[in-house]
Amino acid sequence: MIEIKDIYKSFSGNDVLQGISGKFEEGVTNLIIGGSGSGKTTLLKCMVGLHQPDSGSVLYDGRDFTPMTYEQRIEVRKEIGMLFQGSALFDSMTVEENIMFPLNMFTDQSRKEKLERVDFCLERVNLAGKNKLFPAELSGGMKKRVGIARAISMNPKYLFCDEPNSGLDPKTSIVIDELIQEITEEYKTTTIVVTHDMNSVMGIGDYILFLHEGKKFWEGSNKEIAHTDIQELNDFVFASRFMKAAKDKF
Amino acid sequence: MNFTNFGRYILLLKSVFRRPEKLKIYLKEIAKQMDYVGVGSLGLIAIISTFIGAVMTLQIAFQLVSDFIPKTIIGSVNRDSSILELSPTISAIVLAGKIGSAISSEIGSMRVTEQIDALEIMGINAPGYLILPKIISGITMVPMLVIISMFLSITGGYIGGSISGAVTPAEYIQGITTDFNPYTITVALVKAFVFGFIITSVPAYEGFYVRGGALEVSQASTRAVVISCISILVCDYLVTQLLL
Repeated sequence: MIEIKDIYKSFSGNDVLQGISGKFEEGVTNLIIGGSGSGKTTLLKCMVGLHQPDSGSVLYDGRDFTPMTYEQRIEVRKEIGMLFQGSALFDSMTVEENIMFPLNMFTDQSRKEKLERVDFCLERVNLAGKNKLFPAELSGGMKKRVGIARAISMNPKYLFCDEPNSGLDPKTSIVIDELIQEITEEYKTTTIVVTHDMNSVMGIGDYILFLHEGKKFWEGSNKEIAHTDIQELNDFVFASRFMKAAKDKF
Repeated sequence: MNFTNFGRYILLLKSVFRRPEKLKIYLKEIAKQMDYVGVGSLGLIAIISTFIGAVMTLQIAFQLVSDFIPKTIIGSVNRDSSILELSPTISAIVLAGKIGSAISSEIGSMRVTEQIDALEIMGINAPGYLILPKIISGITMVPMLVIISMFLSITGGYIGGSISGAVTPAEYIQGITTDFNPYTITVALVKAFVFGFIITSVPAYEGFYVRGGALEVSQASTRAVVISCISILVCDYLVTQLLL
């Protein structure tokens, strides 16, 4: 479980996060949603330590991450897997080398064991046999799946996904969402997905935290979201005519 | 580089020299970088050094037209100029353009495509993994390239002098072997070591802190080369002042 308490973050006097708190349980897909500039990616970066919050704390199963030393953070980070918005695959390495990279760095497994793990991860994301391809040879959806395979290669306890559906067609987006949900349930990871994709919200949002202008406006599940009367949330979730019509029918 | 940047540069270097996560992987990366910096630059350094040596001989011969000055002096002047100044400094400036811009663009592109963030999240010391092998390859391979450059520059002078008739081969050989002070080699190697560090660390810094996209990466690359060249010239003066 990951808990955030009263997170504040500002950049050059601009308050991006203003006292965000929340609890993200393991084995369920937790979503952080909000419009562009609402602070969701900044919150994610504060959680993983890419940004240092001005105040507040991030607890990984009770371990306060914010005041940790560099060496202590490394130990927590070994338990983290992250899928980046642009996949962030190392473009000088093949798919196999990308997935094997954390294994090479942090394990003493034999080459055979590592290759088996790579094959397992690739099979898990339905990319078996694509070991020798370079990132430049992959489609957007395939890159995301390799990103997931790399993220799960070390059996992470915590999985972070930054806009996993951005730039993907609706069908591929659903495949990625389902994959994230399956992995979360299968490995009991604490999964946090930052998104503004409404299909994801309705499809996999077990717990949703809605941010608006740097503040937490609402939290709940995808079942509850249709019944809320918070104006900002309704404006965001049901912005399109289609979603508005769906809500009216619901 | 203003004081804020200089401070950040020092802090980055502090992170670069943290204990490696796995030595074997770092050694592999160092070997790769040594091949790129050393072997990959050999051809360019060879051509430049040979021609500079040849041109130097012709210019010295042109400027020292006097019956009171023996022609052997052409070899001596060429030798000392090549060893002390031309080989280390010109090689370093050329390498700053070739290697410096490549390092800055490589690390800068990794920054804007979140590859550096990915390394950090995995628990890898990104400055150490990305920059340390480059610095080690710089401080080892640049002195080697400078030694080769010295040899080729002096040889270039011999060839240039012989072909043009500015100096006979015998006079040139006598010139380069008379009153040779081996300490000049030490000075040149100290310079090469310092320049190797600058050529790799300054562009790495510029690339590591890039923010934005392709335009910013290219601007960082240009800045890296300019700052490296200026730093090389300043350090050249300081090392010369200190050691001679």
